[in-house]
Amino acid sequence: MKNFIFKYFLIFIWLAFILIPYIWMFITSIKSPNELYVFPIKYLPSKPTFEGYILLLKSTPFLAYMKNSIIVALSTVIIALFVAILASYSFSRFDYKGKTPLSFIFLITQMFPAILLAIPLFLLMKSLKILNTPYSLILAHSTFAVPFSTWMITGFLNSIPKELDEAAQIDGCTKIGALRHVILPIASPGIVAAAIYIFIYSWNEFLYALTFTSDIKARTIPVGLHTFMGEYIIRWDLLTAGGIITGLPVIIFFMFIQKYLVKGLTEGAVTG
Amino acid sequence: MLLERNKKEFINKWEKRVLPFLLLLPAFILILSVVAYPIGRAIWLSFHDFNPLKPFESKYVGFENFFKILKDKVFFIALKNSLIWIIGVVSFQFIGGLIGALILRQKFKGRSLIRGISLIPWVTPGILISIMWMWMLDGNYGIINDILLRLGLISRYIPWLAQKNTSLFSVMIADIWRGIPFFAIMLLAAMEAIPEQLYEAARIDGANSFRIFIHITWPLILPTVIITTMLRIIWTANHMDLILIMTDGGPGYSSLIIPLMAYHTAYKQLNFGYASALALLQGVFLIIIVSLYLRLLRKKGGMY
Repeated sequence: MKNFIFKYFLIFIWLAFILIPYIWMFITSIKSPNELYVFPIKYLPSKPTFEGYILLLKSTPFLAYMKNSIIVALSTVIIALFVAILASYSFSRFDYKGKTPLSFIFLITQMFPAILLAIPLFLLMKSLKILNTPYSLILAHSTFAVPFSTWMITGFLNSIPKELDEAAQIDGCTKIGALRHVILPIASPGIVAAAIYIFIYSWNEFLYALTFTSDIKARTIPVGLHTFMGEYIIRWDLLTAGGIITGLPVIIFFMFIQKYLVKGLTEGAVTG
Repeated sequence: MLLERNKKEFINKWEKRVLPFLLLLPAFILILSVVAYPIGRAIWLSFHDFNPLKPFESKYVGFENFFKILKDKVFFIALKNSLIWIIGVVSFQFIGGLIGALILRQKFKGRSLIRGISLIPWVTPGILISIMWMWMLDGNYGIINDILLRLGLISRYIPWLAQKNTSLFSVMIADIWRGIPFFAIMLLAAMEAIPEQLYEAARIDGANSFRIFIHITWPLILPTVIITTMLRIIWTANHMDLILIMTDGGPGYSSLIIPLMAYHTAYKQLNFGYASALALLQGVFLIIIVSLYLRLLRKKGGMY
């Protein structure tokens, strides 16, 4: 019995450690400004209010940033997913020389400091005349999302028995036909998981968004919120409300796919 | 009939020799243009004096940018901070992660849900983590000051992020918090791959939990520990979003790390050449750290 209580006590501490910052942020976002800046701190709002959220949406360009974020993230998902599916089909279903070094190149892209690439990429985007447009971010995000999503999808394809596409080929399907009609439908949970991973990556990405965009036309939410810190005297009610709106979709999406993502992540590390 | 066979042979050849590479082509076009080309350009830039507003006035300066780094006092401050940042963050993440993994390994209700929740900080945007921690660490209304004051650990509110001797350390706390759950989940997965019989045998032999940990769990999770720590070192060294947002390297240079210095050099001083040299050095520096780390473990563990 004592052990039992101790066990749940430890789990409670662990959850509190993770969740308290989020809870505190949420409480802050529903406090009215005159309860926010008092000494000593008031832990619970006497009158919860969503004024911060309304003010954020009405009087700041937050919605424009959100639109940019959605455009960039969804386009990135479509492009990166298409590219990653083709690449993982190649890794999973064909035998050829140089497969290992080729897949190694994929992983190496993750090793470089983002700042090293950001500087020349800035010049590249400038000469392509796509600085401060969603295209620059879509291009960069797609590229950096491809390696991990390829890795994830390859894992899924490998778990589908090869006999299935062989059977389809005997029935007259080409390799591409087998991919479209047989493999993709079976692998769809894995593809959805990869899509959500790509979405989260693009939605959260900060450094490239900061360097490639300069105004409301293309700024995504993370950079938009960052500019709030400089432009206004820090308005914590607005910032925390913005933070909640930004984090919520990511966390909800993540909870749907966490099983697959954790599997993909840990399998690589445990067996590698 | 013959035609039919030729066609089949053709398709066969095409599917074996051409198709797999064709499938990889889009990925490689992206990687070549967005990763390989920029690396080449960064190397080129680091040997030039280059201002993006006057691109045609750029000139070749040889190793001058690198010599300048060695004479730059700010660089050595950033180097010291980078080392403190990497070593401090990764080791505390590891310790916290190990404790977390040991907690989560027990059998309890709602296990998979709690594991999912544990990874939330890992997918939370850096901007949100920064907002959360800036607000908690705030010098006037921060909850951390309030709690520490109530516990009698401090005698007055401390502006954690705004004073030189606490700024780096405070951002490190936020980054350590963000990384602990990730570490915990990775170590947990490694622990679960250990066959239950090993534990049973040890228990029959009368080993206590501490000895079981030292002689069974630890050696078997060591490969995962090594890989995860290495990935974490690379990640921590390169990702500067929290520092950039929370202190922007300040006050003064008290929380400046090398990649942030490169960022400032590029976008505030518009000195792309010097910034690229700094970023390149950071890459080399990272390769050295990772290989030293691997060598150290190879000597100690004798398993790699």
